[in-house]
Amino acid sequence: MISLAGRDIAHSWSKFVLTGIGLGLLIGVTLTMAGVYRGMVDDAHALLNNSGADLWVVQKDTQGPYAESSSLKDDVVRSVRGMPGVAQAANVTYFTMQVQGGDGDDTRAMVVGIESGQSGEPGYLVAGRQITRGHYEAVADVKTGFALGERIRIRRHDYTVVGLTQRMVSSGGDPMVFIALKDAQEAQFLKDNDAIQNDRTRTATNPAFNRPGVPGLLDAVQALQTSSHSVNAVLVQLAPGFGAEQVAEPIRRWKHLQVFTRAGMEEILVAKLIATSAKQIGMFLVILAIVSAAIVAFIIYTMTLGKIREIAVLKLIGTRNITIASMILQQALGLGLIGFIVGKVAATIWAPVFPKFVLLLTQDAFTGLIVTLVICALASTLAIRTALKVDPAAAIG
Amino acid sequence: MKQRPLAVRRIVIGALVVALVAALAFVALRTGPLAPIKVTVNSVQEGKLSPAIFGIGTVEARRSWMVGPTVAGRVLSVRVDVGDVVKAGQLLAEMDPVDLDQRLAALDAALARASSTQAAAQAQVADAMARRELAAINAKRNQDLAAQNFISPGALESRLQERASADAALQAAQANLSGTAQDITRQKAERAALQQQRGNVRLLAPADGVVTSRDAEAGSTVVAGQPVLRLIDPASLWVRMRVDQGRSAGLAPGLKARIVLRSQPRTPLQGQVARVELLADAVTEERIAQIAFATALTPATTPAATASVGELAEVELQLPETATALLLPNASIQRLQGQTGVWRLSEGKPAFTPVRLGVSSLDGRVQVLDGLKAGDSVVVYSQKALTEGARVQVVDALVKTAAGGAP
Repeated sequence: MISLAGRDIAHSWSKFVLTGIGLGLLIGVTLTMAGVYRGMVDDAHALLNNSGADLWVVQKDTQGPYAESSSLKDDVVRSVRGMPGVAQAANVTYFTMQVQGGDGDDTRAMVVGIESGQSGEPGYLVAGRQITRGHYEAVADVKTGFALGERIRIRRHDYTVVGLTQRMVSSGGDPMVFIALKDAQEAQFLKDNDAIQNDRTRTATNPAFNRPGVPGLLDAVQALQTSSHSVNAVLVQLAPGFGAEQVAEPIRRWKHLQVFTRAGMEEILVAKLIATSAKQIGMFLVILAIVSAAIVAFIIYTMTLGKIREIAVLKLIGTRNITIASMILQQALGLGLIGFIVGKVAATIWAPVFPKFVLLLTQDAFTGLIVTLVICALASTLAIRTALKVDPAAAIG
Repeated sequence: MKQRPLAVRRIVIGALVVALVAALAFVALRTGPLAPIKVTVNSVQEGKLSPAIFGIGTVEARRSWMVGPTVAGRVLSVRVDVGDVVKAGQLLAEMDPVDLDQRLAALDAALARASSTQAAAQAQVADAMARRELAAINAKRNQDLAAQNFISPGALESRLQERASADAALQAAQANLSGTAQDITRQKAERAALQQQRGNVRLLAPADGVVTSRDAEAGSTVVAGQPVLRLIDPASLWVRMRVDQGRSAGLAPGLKARIVLRSQPRTPLQGQVARVELLADAVTEERIAQIAFATALTPATTPAATASVGELAEVELQLPETATALLLPNASIQRLQGQTGVWRLSEGKPAFTPVRLGVSSLDGRVQVLDGLKAGDSVVVYSQKALTEGARVQVVDALVKTAAGGAP
């Protein structure tokens, strides 16, 4: 028995393939949109993974360091190190700012201050080396566009890029630049020179700080104003055999600090920080999916309508209804399959070009495939109904 | 004739289907969770490394002076300005002496008066001596007369009493004279003290140096100890270097140093560790060392390479070369569940191998003390975090620009 559908496709294959490709691009857009949503959530997870922490110790009553600002003194880490169940604790600062590259262009990046050899350090590199000097070296994410050996400027200091890493992003998708903690503390709280001069003058005109009988007081006050010993969070790694909550509770209770476990941090990042933008994308994805489904249905319907005369001829020569129906269904499914493959390939090809991370999950692809086929099948029923209602006389008339 | 185009069409359609399926398969296997992780590997090799200590510091003067009055007062004049080279003993500034000159004049007058008093006392002594002589002669004569019973004993006693009184009067006059001499000594001492005070309001340079700041102008009032001028010895500039305690192993006096001043990043200067301070900073977790320049940075010796006090400097101290050991790039070091280790490739699959690390050099190489043997393949760079037994694909470099290696 010959395949009626195959014959029909072969008859006008170019039209069929072009329709499939058009459909595919539409499906590709939908898949990409799903990827954008997944990428957004994954950025948040990447941030947590890359910090390498089990617990985040932040300022009391804040939800820092990612969702809110949090400020701790940098010696808090020592008292945290002494708590039971803490294997490692490291200071870390996060600061989103414009970083000037060697060519003078600004790049928006999250500057992370790390203690080398502690958690918070980039877990893997793609080129170069980790920071070895205590000052003025940086490891950058490749997305920043910085090259090895490039001199980048953060505030008033030049840093040499010594290493490159990948997929180190903030929850907003900004690539990270890792620098030594002391540099970061300075960069975070350092004002520009004009502001410092103004502050000095302001302090000097304050009679409480500039007392003629107490030489040296003004200098001491001014030195105090410019020094910074604050960090945003302390990253804690648990010792084997300790539960996260078991370690977190004593720190909360006795150190009067807020402590988040990984689950709590995910909750903050995914459910609170990116919730609105994720919903926005999700909403768009839903509408796009509905529109795509409608377009697929219309394409199949109009394709059948275009063949209405041929179907009438088939009916006239006594073809069974089931044969005609299966022909239309097969064509619809074939169109859906081609569309899906084209869409998947297209999405994979253009995903890396996006400025922010686009994560194409295999499970999303499978869902997409099933939804596409179901929509195609549903759409074909509409076409089949019309085809079966056709009067064989139409072939002649 | 009708079969041929159909066959061609079938072939074309078949080719299209194959192409589509191939594209899907490629996409599925090269991206997403099924794709292998691209890594670069390095075989562990033996070698030596020369560790170094890196720190930053500020240029400071080893010898600096704050020149100011020892008592509160008003500045009368300031003779030098910032940048002036001064010699030891040079007059730098003067404080208002207020009434010191007048008090000196008063003391001079008092001294003159004391001299007059002394002269008077001397005259009194002379007078007393004359009286005593006369009294002695009278007494002698009366004694002779009394011996021949020409006069009554009462008359003799009266003469004797006169002599004794004259003796006493002489002693009193002499005491008075030495009293005036002591008074003069006291007055002289007081004058000398005042003279010292008068000299003290002149602020002199304690040593050869350069004026670095002029903190008070003529007419302003300063308290005791407040500086009017600050001097430094420009030949004694050094760098006060701060080193992270965790990276300061091996810090010792005498180490050769390479100093890069912020003003001259292209011309590193030579130096060596002059002193390592016993006190470390507990708050910043840093140790402090002083690095002396190999050649003194004075405008006279090296006009191009002058440093300003307070300038930021980067210092690199070279430590002696280590013994031969296994070396790894530090990019390959991973921390997994509190353990330090590397991903070793065994039969094409990564396996986490804990290692013990030794010293590291500034160019990013680390000594491996144990855990690996020479020739082991170790993952250096990876596209993402590796897991035990993950599918990996070994490539030469992950980033095109990485060909040059670490800077």
